[in-house]
Amino acid sequence: MVDGIDRRLIAATQAGLPLVAEPYDAVARTVGTTRNDVIARLRRLLDCGAIRRIGVIPNHYALGITANGMSVWDVPDDAVARIGSTVGALDFVSHCYERPRRLPLWPYNLFAMIHGRSRAEVIEKVARIAALLGPAARAHDILFSTRILKKTGLRIAA
Amino acid sequence: MQITDPTEKAIINGLQGGFPLTPRPFRDAGAELGLSEGELIEGVAHLVETGQASRFGPLWNAEQLGGDVCLAAMAVPPGQFDKVAAQVNAHPEVAHNYERMHALNMWFVISAERSERIAQVIAQIERETGLEVYPMPKLREFFVGFRVEV
Repeated sequence: MVDGIDRRLIAATQAGLPLVAEPYDAVARTVGTTRNDVIARLRRLLDCGAIRRIGVIPNHYALGITANGMSVWDVPDDAVARIGSTVGALDFVSHCYERPRRLPLWPYNLFAMIHGRSRAEVIEKVARIAALLGPAARAHDILFSTRILKKTGLRIAA
Repeated sequence: MQITDPTEKAIINGLQGGFPLTPRPFRDAGAELGLSEGELIEGVAHLVETGQASRFGPLWNAEQLGGDVCLAAMAVPPGQFDKVAAQVNAHPEVAHNYERMHALNMWFVISAERSERIAQVIAQIERETGLEVYPMPKLREFFVGFRVEV
């Protein structure tokens, strides 16, 4: 879990790293610790998955990647781990989760969020997944979002 | 938007992860991309200033930082949609809410410091709206290789 210094580290880097030659030194001064401690903490937080990655966080919309669709799949329970790993590895899938079915309304147990420059591109990518999975995908659907009803960002207080 | 600047392209395509945890990370990452330390810092700053990058740094995974999140869906009759959206959105624990094209037409994420709170929020929404909420908790997360290519 995270301690007080970790929380200060999160608060200090949420908006990004300082764009200077020695960014971890600058963060260390803000947080009140040493550069080596900042580096060790970031490494641990990366290893445990609290940080997904460190680098450029692209603005999909500014880069023209404006379409997204939630693709959902009904795959055999005993194959979901293998199939989920295969689907997640595709470079246009941003989230990939196993979730429970809600029968009869909802037969799907694998969710993969697909991004593209247009709805047509998202549909084409979902077709690529369907071809890749073959008969293991018993049914699938794409749910496009038609409206954002609410969106609040991650906020962590120091 | 079409990115034509080769330096910016190299930075976006090559640095969506793996930024070095070293004392001079821009120098070390720049060496991999064929850029000097100064060129990389300037290039990243320009991407952020122009809005092509939302930011540069760690991408935090909120769920690993304590608290719990749960996706949930509802099948809302079209005539009640806006009223139900307002009722759902009024809960501060509801972080995102999207209208989607399906019989299950409202999809939202509930986020709370304590797991028990999520079940309470779901029960409250069901009472307020008279509609069933289908919780879709994450059973397993698969590693994603997502990156944007420009």
